[in-house]
Amino acid sequence: MDTTVTEENVWGGGNRPLGASYGKLMMWFFIVSDALTFSGFLASYGFSRFKFIETWPIADEVFTHVPFFHGNYPMYYVAFMTFILIMSSVTMVLAVDAGHKMMKNKAIIYMFLTIIGGAIFVGSQAWEWATFIKGDYGALETNGGRILQFVKADSGDRAALADFAKIIPGEREQHSSNVGVWFNDEPALASYTVEEVKAGFLADPNILIRTETINEEGEKTLLTREESLDRIQDAKLVVEGANLIRNEYGSRLFADFFFFITGFHGFHVFSGVVINIIIFFNIILGTYERRGHYEMVEKVGLYWHFVDLVWVFVFTFFYLV
Amino acid sequence: MAHEHKLEIFRGLLKFKSNTQKIWGVLIFLSIVTAVEVALGITKPELLTKNTLVGMKLLNWIFIVLTLVKAYYIAWDFMHLRDEKSSLRRTIVWTPIFLVCYLIFILLFEADYIYNVYKDGFVAWDF
Repeated sequence: MDTTVTEENVWGGGNRPLGASYGKLMMWFFIVSDALTFSGFLASYGFSRFKFIETWPIADEVFTHVPFFHGNYPMYYVAFMTFILIMSSVTMVLAVDAGHKMMKNKAIIYMFLTIIGGAIFVGSQAWEWATFIKGDYGALETNGGRILQFVKADSGDRAALADFAKIIPGEREQHSSNVGVWFNDEPALASYTVEEVKAGFLADPNILIRTETINEEGEKTLLTREESLDRIQDAKLVVEGANLIRNEYGSRLFADFFFFITGFHGFHVFSGVVINIIIFFNIILGTYERRGHYEMVEKVGLYWHFVDLVWVFVFTFFYLV
Repeated sequence: MAHEHKLEIFRGLLKFKSNTQKIWGVLIFLSIVTAVEVALGITKPELLTKNTLVGMKLLNWIFIVLTLVKAYYIAWDFMHLRDEKSSLRRTIVWTPIFLVCYLIFILLFEADYIYNVYKDGFVAWDF
Protein backbone atom coordinates (compact mmCIF):
# COMPACT_ATOMS: atom_id res chain seq x y z
CA MET A 1 0.00 0.00 0.00
CA ASP A 2 1.17 3.47 -0.72
CA THR A 3 2.31 5.55 2.20
CA THR A 4 0.49 8.53 0.76
CA VAL A 5 -3.03 7.20 0.42
CA THR A 6 -5.13 9.92 -1.08
CA GLU A 7 -8.87 9.89 -0.70
CA GLU A 8 -9.30 9.44 -4.40
CA ASN A 9 -7.04 6.44 -4.28
CA VAL A 10 -9.04 4.73 -1.55
CA TRP A 11 -12.54 5.47 -2.82
CA GLY A 12 -11.57 4.76 -6.37
CA GLY A 13 -10.37 1.29 -5.41
CA GLY A 14 -6.77 2.31 -5.89
CA ASN A 15 -5.28 0.60 -2.85
CA ARG A 16 -4.94 -3.13 -2.35
CA PRO A 17 -5.51 -4.00 1.30
CA LEU A 18 -5.26 -7.75 0.64
CA GLY A 19 -2.16 -7.44 -1.52
CA ALA A 20 -3.49 -9.83 -4.16
CA SER A 21 -4.36 -9.17 -7.77
CA TYR A 22 -7.95 -9.03 -8.96
CA GLY A 23 -7.75 -12.41 -10.68
CA LYS A 24 -6.28 -14.18 -7.71
CA LEU A 25 -8.81 -12.66 -5.35
CA MET A 26 -11.68 -13.77 -7.58
CA MET A 27 -10.25 -17.29 -7.69
CA TRP A 28 -10.21 -17.28 -3.89
CA PHE A 29 -13.83 -16.07 -3.84
CA PHE A 30 -14.79 -18.98 -6.05
CA ILE A 31 -12.81 -21.46 -3.98
CA VAL A 32 -14.40 -20.34 -0.73
CA SER A 33 -17.91 -20.63 -2.16
CA ASP A 34 -17.11 -24.00 -3.72
CA ALA A 35 -15.67 -25.16 -0.40
CA LEU A 36 -19.00 -24.28 1.21
CA THR A 37 -20.84 -26.32 -1.43
CA PHE A 38 -18.71 -29.37 -0.73
CA SER A 39 -19.08 -28.82 3.01
CA GLY A 40 -22.83 -28.82 2.49
CA PHE A 41 -22.62 -32.19 0.74
CA LEU A 42 -20.34 -33.74 3.34
CA ALA A 43 -22.40 -32.36 6.21
CA SER A 44 -25.58 -33.81 4.71
CA TYR A 45 -23.73 -37.10 4.33
CA GLY A 46 -22.97 -36.86 8.06
CA PHE A 47 -26.62 -36.06 8.70
CA SER A 48 -27.82 -39.19 6.92
CA ARG A 49 -25.14 -41.29 8.51
CA PHE A 50 -25.98 -40.16 12.03
CA LYS A 51 -29.63 -40.81 11.26
CA PHE A 52 -28.84 -44.43 10.38
CA ILE A 53 -25.75 -44.76 12.55
CA GLU A 54 -26.52 -48.37 13.50
CA THR A 55 -27.04 -49.67 9.99
CA TRP A 56 -24.68 -47.62 7.79
CA PRO A 57 -22.45 -49.74 5.47
CA ILE A 58 -18.82 -50.20 6.51
CA ALA A 59 -16.64 -48.65 3.79
CA ASP A 60 -13.77 -51.17 4.20
CA GLU A 61 -16.16 -53.93 3.17
CA VAL A 62 -17.47 -52.06 0.16
CA PHE A 63 -14.30 -50.73 -1.49
CA THR A 64 -12.07 -53.79 -1.48
CA HIS A 65 -10.89 -54.03 -5.06
CA VAL A 66 -7.66 -53.19 -6.84
CA PRO A 67 -7.50 -53.35 -10.65
CA PHE A 68 -5.81 -56.47 -12.07
CA PHE A 69 -5.70 -58.14 -8.64
CA HIS A 70 -8.16 -60.57 -7.16
CA GLY A 71 -8.82 -60.66 -3.48
CA ASN A 72 -9.64 -58.44 -0.59
CA TYR A 73 -7.57 -55.24 -0.42
CA PRO A 74 -9.53 -52.63 1.46
CA MET A 75 -8.54 -49.02 0.83
CA TYR A 76 -5.24 -49.59 -0.95
CA TYR A 77 -6.54 -48.30 -4.23
CA VAL A 78 -8.15 -45.20 -2.75
CA ALA A 79 -4.91 -44.49 -0.90
CA PHE A 80 -3.13 -44.77 -4.24
CA MET A 81 -5.60 -42.32 -5.79
CA THR A 82 -4.99 -39.89 -2.93
CA PHE A 83 -1.28 -40.15 -3.48
CA ILE A 84 -1.65 -39.53 -7.22
CA LEU A 85 -3.67 -36.39 -6.57
CA ILE A 86 -1.22 -35.04 -3.99
CA MET A 87 1.60 -35.83 -6.39
CA SER A 88 -0.07 -33.90 -9.21
CA SER A 89 -0.56 -31.05 -6.77
CA VAL A 90 3.18 -31.06 -6.19
CA THR A 91 3.98 -30.90 -9.91
CA MET A 92 1.50 -28.04 -10.13
CA VAL A 93 3.33 -26.03 -7.44
CA LEU A 94 6.57 -26.76 -9.24
CA ALA A 95 5.02 -25.42 -12.45
CA VAL A 96 3.93 -22.26 -10.62
CA ASP A 97 7.42 -21.95 -9.16
CA ALA A 98 8.99 -22.35 -12.61
CA GLY A 99 6.58 -19.72 -13.92
CA HIS A 100 7.69 -17.27 -11.24
CA LYS A 101 11.24 -17.70 -12.43
CA MET A 102 10.10 -17.35 -16.09
CA MET A 103 11.42 -20.79 -16.95
CA LYS A 104 9.15 -21.74 -19.81
CA ASN A 105 10.37 -25.26 -20.56
CA LYS A 106 10.28 -26.36 -16.93
CA ALA A 107 6.75 -25.03 -16.58
CA ILE A 108 5.69 -26.98 -19.69
CA ILE A 109 7.06 -30.27 -18.30
CA TYR A 110 5.46 -29.81 -14.89
CA MET A 111 2.10 -28.82 -16.38
CA PHE A 112 2.22 -31.95 -18.53
CA LEU A 113 2.89 -34.15 -15.49
CA THR A 114 0.02 -32.46 -13.64
CA ILE A 115 -2.36 -33.25 -16.51
CA ILE A 116 -1.23 -36.89 -16.54
CA GLY A 117 -1.81 -37.17 -12.78
CA GLY A 118 -5.29 -35.70 -13.13
CA ALA A 119 -6.12 -38.09 -15.96
CA ILE A 120 -4.99 -41.11 -13.91
CA PHE A 121 -7.16 -39.93 -11.04
CA VAL A 122 -10.29 -39.46 -13.17
CA GLY A 123 -9.70 -42.87 -14.76
CA SER A 124 -9.39 -44.48 -11.33
CA GLN A 125 -12.56 -42.75 -10.24
CA ALA A 126 -14.40 -44.17 -13.26
CA TRP A 127 -13.10 -47.63 -12.43
CA GLU A 128 -14.27 -47.26 -8.82
CA TRP A 129 -17.70 -46.31 -10.04
CA ALA A 130 -17.87 -49.24 -12.45
CA THR A 131 -16.86 -51.69 -9.70
CA PHE A 132 -19.32 -50.15 -7.27
CA ILE A 133 -22.20 -50.28 -9.77
CA LYS A 134 -21.43 -53.85 -10.77
CA GLY A 135 -21.29 -55.08 -7.18
CA ASP A 136 -19.69 -58.33 -6.15
CA TYR A 137 -21.75 -60.59 -3.88
CA GLY A 138 -25.39 -59.68 -4.44
CA ALA A 139 -27.99 -59.48 -1.69
CA LEU A 140 -31.70 -59.76 -0.95
CA GLU A 141 -33.99 -56.90 -0.06
CA THR A 142 -36.79 -57.42 2.44
CA ASN A 143 -40.32 -56.04 2.42
CA GLY A 144 -39.14 -53.22 4.66
CA GLY A 145 -36.29 -52.29 2.32
CA ARG A 146 -33.53 -53.81 4.50
CA ILE A 147 -30.62 -55.59 2.86
CA LEU A 148 -29.75 -59.21 3.71
CA GLN A 149 -26.24 -60.36 2.82
CA PHE A 150 -24.88 -63.91 2.97
CA VAL A 151 -21.91 -65.40 4.76
CA LYS A 152 -20.39 -68.89 4.70
CA ALA A 153 -20.66 -70.33 8.20
CA ASP A 154 -17.45 -72.41 8.12
CA SER A 155 -15.01 -69.80 6.79
CA GLY A 156 -16.76 -66.58 7.74
CA ASP A 157 -16.29 -65.25 4.20
CA ARG A 158 -19.00 -63.49 2.28
CA ALA A 159 -21.04 -65.76 0.01
CA ALA A 160 -22.03 -64.56 -3.44
CA LEU A 161 -25.48 -65.43 -4.72
CA ALA A 162 -23.85 -67.49 -7.46
CA ASP A 163 -22.21 -69.68 -4.80
CA PHE A 164 -25.43 -71.20 -3.56
CA ALA A 165 -28.46 -70.13 -5.61
CA LYS A 166 -30.28 -73.00 -7.27
CA ILE A 167 -31.17 -72.73 -10.93
CA ILE A 168 -34.87 -73.38 -11.31
CA PRO A 169 -35.67 -73.90 -14.97
CA GLY A 170 -38.39 -71.56 -16.09
CA GLU A 171 -39.18 -68.82 -18.50
CA ARG A 172 -39.07 -65.24 -17.37
CA GLU A 173 -38.38 -62.62 -19.97
CA GLN A 174 -37.60 -59.01 -19.25
CA HIS A 175 -40.56 -56.87 -20.11
CA SER A 176 -39.56 -54.01 -22.40
CA SER A 177 -41.62 -51.19 -23.81
CA ASN A 178 -41.47 -52.44 -27.41
CA VAL A 179 -43.50 -55.58 -26.67
CA GLY A 180 -46.38 -53.95 -24.84
CA VAL A 181 -47.78 -50.56 -24.02
CA TRP A 182 -45.02 -48.03 -24.68
CA PHE A 183 -44.80 -46.69 -21.13
CA ASN A 184 -44.67 -50.14 -19.57
CA ASP A 185 -41.29 -51.75 -18.99
CA GLU A 186 -39.16 -53.01 -16.13
CA PRO A 187 -35.52 -52.69 -15.08
CA ALA A 188 -32.99 -55.34 -16.07
CA LEU A 189 -33.67 -58.67 -14.41
CA ALA A 190 -31.27 -59.90 -11.72
CA SER A 191 -29.20 -63.02 -12.40
CA TYR A 192 -31.38 -65.03 -10.03
CA THR A 193 -34.97 -64.86 -8.88
CA VAL A 194 -35.87 -64.61 -5.20
CA GLU A 195 -37.20 -68.18 -5.37
CA GLU A 196 -33.90 -69.48 -6.70
CA VAL A 197 -31.92 -67.76 -3.93
CA LYS A 198 -34.35 -68.99 -1.30
CA ALA A 199 -34.23 -72.58 -2.59
CA GLY A 200 -30.43 -72.52 -2.67
CA PHE A 201 -30.34 -71.06 0.81
CA LEU A 202 -32.63 -73.76 2.23
CA ALA A 203 -30.57 -76.49 0.57
CA ASP A 204 -27.21 -75.28 1.90
CA PRO A 205 -26.93 -75.26 5.72
CA ASN A 206 -23.53 -73.55 5.46
CA ILE A 207 -25.06 -70.21 4.48
CA LEU A 208 -25.97 -67.61 7.10
CA ILE A 209 -27.60 -64.21 6.81
CA ARG A 210 -25.85 -61.00 7.76
CA THR A 211 -28.05 -58.01 8.53
CA GLU A 212 -27.31 -54.29 8.24
CA THR A 213 -27.20 -53.76 11.99
CA ILE A 214 -23.78 -53.00 13.43
CA ASN A 215 -23.08 -54.78 16.73
CA GLU A 216 -20.95 -53.65 19.65
CA GLU A 217 -17.75 -54.92 18.05
CA GLY A 218 -18.40 -52.58 15.13
CA GLU A 219 -19.22 -55.44 12.79
CA LYS A 220 -22.38 -56.39 10.96
CA THR A 221 -24.65 -58.76 12.90
CA LEU A 222 -24.49 -62.40 11.82
CA LEU A 223 -27.69 -64.39 12.39
CA THR A 224 -27.72 -68.03 13.45
CA ARG A 225 -29.04 -70.60 11.01
CA GLU A 226 -32.44 -70.66 12.76
CA GLU A 227 -32.73 -66.88 12.73
CA SER A 228 -31.58 -66.86 9.11
CA LEU A 229 -34.26 -69.36 8.09
CA ASP A 230 -36.79 -67.13 9.76
CA ARG A 231 -35.47 -63.92 8.25
CA ILE A 232 -35.29 -65.08 4.64
CA GLN A 233 -39.08 -65.29 4.57
CA ASP A 234 -39.13 -61.46 4.44
CA ALA A 235 -37.10 -61.30 1.23
CA LYS A 236 -38.84 -59.97 -1.83
CA LEU A 237 -36.17 -58.73 -4.24
CA VAL A 238 -32.70 -59.68 -5.50
CA VAL A 239 -30.29 -56.71 -5.48
CA GLU A 240 -27.03 -56.82 -7.41
CA GLY A 241 -24.65 -53.86 -7.45
CA ALA A 242 -25.81 -50.32 -6.95
CA ASN A 243 -28.00 -47.70 -8.54
CA LEU A 244 -29.72 -44.57 -7.28
CA ILE A 245 -32.68 -46.51 -5.88
CA ARG A 246 -31.12 -49.46 -4.10
CA ASN A 247 -27.74 -51.09 -3.56
CA GLU A 248 -26.46 -54.39 -2.22
CA TYR A 249 -24.18 -52.71 0.35
CA GLY A 250 -26.93 -51.53 2.69
CA SER A 251 -28.52 -48.15 3.28
CA ARG A 252 -29.92 -46.67 0.09
CA LEU A 253 -28.55 -43.24 0.86
CA PHE A 254 -25.02 -44.63 0.96
CA ALA A 255 -24.91 -45.20 -2.80
CA ASP A 256 -26.72 -41.92 -3.50
CA PHE A 257 -24.12 -39.95 -1.56
CA PHE A 258 -21.30 -41.95 -3.10
CA PHE A 259 -22.45 -41.10 -6.61
CA PHE A 260 -23.23 -37.51 -5.77
CA ILE A 261 -20.15 -36.51 -3.79
CA THR A 262 -17.47 -38.45 -5.66
CA GLY A 263 -19.25 -37.56 -8.89
CA PHE A 264 -19.21 -33.86 -8.12
CA HIS A 265 -15.58 -34.08 -7.10
CA GLY A 266 -14.70 -36.13 -10.20
CA PHE A 267 -16.38 -33.45 -12.31
CA HIS A 268 -14.16 -30.85 -10.66
CA VAL A 269 -11.08 -32.91 -11.43
CA PHE A 270 -12.23 -33.34 -15.01
CA SER A 271 -12.77 -29.62 -15.54
CA GLY A 272 -9.45 -28.99 -13.78
CA VAL A 273 -7.71 -31.24 -16.30
CA VAL A 274 -9.38 -29.39 -19.19
CA ILE A 275 -8.32 -26.01 -17.80
CA ASN A 276 -4.80 -27.34 -17.19
CA ILE A 277 -4.62 -28.45 -20.83
CA ILE A 278 -5.62 -24.96 -21.99
CA ILE A 279 -2.93 -23.39 -19.80
CA PHE A 280 -0.42 -26.00 -20.98
CA PHE A 281 -0.92 -24.96 -24.61
CA ASN A 282 -0.85 -21.27 -23.67
CA ILE A 283 2.57 -21.77 -22.10
CA ILE A 284 3.81 -23.60 -25.19
CA LEU A 285 2.49 -20.82 -27.43
CA GLY A 286 4.37 -18.32 -25.29
CA THR A 287 1.30 -16.33 -24.23
CA TYR A 288 2.61 -15.74 -20.72
CA GLU A 289 6.12 -15.08 -21.93
CA ARG A 290 4.74 -12.16 -23.97
CA ARG A 291 2.50 -11.07 -21.11
CA GLY A 292 5.53 -10.85 -18.88
CA HIS A 293 4.19 -12.99 -16.03
CA TYR A 294 2.80 -16.46 -15.35
CA GLU A 295 0.04 -15.47 -12.95
CA MET A 296 -2.50 -17.48 -14.91
CA VAL A 297 -0.63 -20.67 -14.00
CA GLU A 298 -0.81 -19.66 -10.36
CA LYS A 299 -4.57 -19.04 -10.49
CA VAL A 300 -5.28 -22.37 -12.14
CA GLY A 301 -2.88 -23.91 -9.63
CA LEU A 302 -5.05 -22.60 -6.81
CA TYR A 303 -8.06 -24.36 -8.31
CA TRP A 304 -6.12 -27.57 -8.76
CA HIS A 305 -4.91 -27.60 -5.16
CA PHE A 306 -8.44 -26.96 -4.04
CA VAL A 307 -9.58 -30.10 -5.84
CA ASP A 308 -6.85 -31.98 -3.97
CA LEU A 309 -7.95 -30.38 -0.69
CA VAL A 310 -11.54 -31.51 -1.20
CA TRP A 311 -10.40 -35.05 -1.96
CA VAL A 312 -8.54 -35.20 1.35
CA PHE A 313 -11.87 -34.61 3.11
CA VAL A 314 -13.87 -36.95 0.87
CA PHE A 315 -11.25 -39.65 1.48
CA THR A 316 -11.59 -39.27 5.25
CA PHE A 317 -15.34 -39.09 5.52
CA PHE A 318 -16.21 -41.63 2.86
CA TYR A 319 -13.51 -44.23 3.21
CA LEU A 320 -11.85 -43.92 6.62
CA VAL A 321 -14.30 -42.77 9.27
CA MET B 1 4.57 -11.11 -8.24
CA ALA B 2 8.12 -11.63 -7.16
CA HIS B 3 7.29 -11.78 -3.50
CA GLU B 4 9.33 -13.61 -0.95
CA HIS B 5 8.59 -17.20 0.03
CA LYS B 6 8.56 -18.16 3.67
CA LEU B 7 10.60 -21.31 3.85
CA GLU B 8 9.92 -22.57 7.35
CA ILE B 9 7.41 -25.24 8.34
CA PHE B 10 6.53 -26.71 11.75
CA ARG B 11 6.88 -23.24 13.30
CA GLY B 12 10.48 -22.87 12.21
CA LEU B 13 11.56 -26.36 13.24
CA LEU B 14 12.33 -27.23 9.65
CA LYS B 15 13.85 -24.67 7.33
CA PHE B 16 14.32 -25.24 3.61
CA LYS B 17 16.86 -23.67 1.30
CA SER B 18 14.53 -23.04 -1.61
CA ASN B 19 10.82 -23.10 -2.44
CA THR B 20 11.26 -26.25 -4.53
CA GLN B 21 12.84 -28.05 -1.61
CA LYS B 22 10.03 -26.98 0.68
CA ILE B 23 7.47 -28.41 -1.77
CA TRP B 24 9.16 -31.82 -1.75
CA GLY B 25 9.43 -31.69 2.03
CA VAL B 26 5.71 -31.03 2.35
CA LEU B 27 4.98 -33.86 -0.10
CA ILE B 28 6.96 -36.29 2.06
CA PHE B 29 5.11 -35.13 5.15
CA LEU B 30 1.68 -35.46 3.49
CA SER B 31 2.55 -38.94 2.20
CA ILE B 32 3.58 -40.05 5.68
CA VAL B 33 0.31 -38.76 7.14
CA THR B 34 -1.72 -40.58 4.44
CA ALA B 35 0.25 -43.78 5.05
CA VAL B 36 -0.46 -43.55 8.78
CA GLU B 37 -4.18 -43.04 8.05
CA VAL B 38 -4.35 -46.06 5.76
CA ALA B 39 -2.36 -48.23 8.20
CA LEU B 40 -4.70 -47.28 11.05
CA GLY B 41 -7.73 -47.84 8.83
CA ILE B 42 -6.62 -51.35 7.93
CA THR B 43 -5.37 -52.53 11.32
CA LYS B 44 -8.04 -50.72 13.39
CA PRO B 45 -6.25 -51.04 16.75
CA GLU B 46 -8.70 -52.09 19.48
CA LEU B 47 -7.38 -49.46 21.84
CA LEU B 48 -8.64 -46.79 19.46
CA THR B 49 -11.93 -48.39 18.39
CA LYS B 50 -13.07 -49.36 21.90
CA ASN B 51 -12.52 -45.96 23.49
CA THR B 52 -14.69 -43.02 22.59
CA LEU B 53 -14.47 -39.29 23.04
CA VAL B 54 -17.64 -37.17 22.90
CA GLY B 55 -19.59 -40.07 21.41
CA MET B 56 -17.12 -40.87 18.64
CA LYS B 57 -14.40 -43.51 18.40
CA LEU B 58 -10.91 -42.28 19.18
CA LEU B 59 -9.81 -43.66 15.78
CA ASN B 60 -12.26 -41.39 13.96
CA TRP B 61 -11.03 -38.38 15.91
CA ILE B 62 -7.49 -39.20 14.85
CA PHE B 63 -8.60 -39.43 11.21
CA ILE B 64 -10.33 -36.06 11.39
CA VAL B 65 -7.38 -34.35 13.09
CA LEU B 66 -4.92 -35.82 10.54
CA THR B 67 -7.21 -34.62 7.73
CA LEU B 68 -7.19 -31.10 9.11
CA VAL B 69 -3.39 -31.28 9.38
CA LYS B 70 -3.17 -32.30 5.73
CA ALA B 71 -5.62 -29.56 4.73
CA TYR B 72 -3.50 -27.02 6.58
CA TYR B 73 -0.34 -27.92 4.70
CA ILE B 74 -2.08 -28.07 1.33
CA ALA B 75 -3.58 -24.61 1.88
CA TRP B 76 -0.53 -23.06 3.50
CA ASP B 77 2.23 -24.41 1.26
CA PHE B 78 0.66 -25.57 -2.00
CA MET B 79 -1.84 -22.73 -2.19
CA HIS B 80 0.89 -20.56 -0.60
CA LEU B 81 -1.41 -18.92 1.93
CA ARG B 82 1.72 -18.74 4.07
CA ASP B 83 3.07 -16.05 1.75
CA GLU B 84 -0.15 -14.02 1.61
CA LYS B 85 -1.10 -11.08 3.83
CA SER B 86 -2.66 -12.17 7.10
CA SER B 87 -5.84 -10.22 6.30
CA LEU B 88 -6.40 -12.29 3.14
CA ARG B 89 -5.55 -15.49 4.98
CA ARG B 90 -8.00 -14.81 7.79
CA THR B 91 -10.81 -13.87 5.40
CA ILE B 92 -10.37 -17.08 3.45
CA VAL B 93 -9.91 -19.42 6.38
CA TRP B 94 -12.19 -18.26 9.18
CA THR B 95 -15.31 -17.51 7.12
CA PRO B 96 -15.81 -21.11 5.92
CA ILE B 97 -14.67 -22.57 9.24
CA PHE B 98 -17.33 -20.61 11.10
CA LEU B 99 -20.10 -21.51 8.63
CA VAL B 100 -19.14 -25.17 8.39
CA CYS B 101 -18.94 -25.63 12.17
CA TYR B 102 -22.38 -24.09 12.47
CA LEU B 103 -23.81 -26.34 9.75
CA ILE B 104 -22.25 -29.49 11.22
CA PHE B 105 -23.52 -28.64 14.67
CA ILE B 106 -27.09 -28.20 13.46
CA LEU B 107 -27.21 -31.20 11.14
CA LEU B 108 -25.56 -33.74 13.42
CA PHE B 109 -27.72 -32.83 16.41
CA GLU B 110 -30.84 -33.00 14.29
CA ALA B 111 -29.73 -36.35 12.84
CA ASP B 112 -29.17 -37.77 16.30
CA TYR B 113 -32.65 -36.65 17.28
CA ILE B 114 -34.15 -38.37 14.22
CA TYR B 115 -32.15 -41.50 15.03
CA ASN B 116 -33.79 -41.58 18.45
CA VAL B 117 -37.23 -41.00 16.96
CA TYR B 118 -36.73 -43.99 14.66
CA LYS B 119 -35.34 -46.07 17.49
CA ASP B 120 -37.90 -45.33 20.20
CA GLY B 121 -40.92 -44.72 17.99
CA PHE B 122 -43.71 -47.20 17.53
CA VAL B 123 -43.16 -47.66 13.82
CA ALA B 124 -41.28 -50.78 12.73
CA TRP B 125 -38.44 -50.19 10.24
CA ASP B 126 -36.75 -53.57 10.20
CA PHE B 127 -39.06 -56.13 8.61
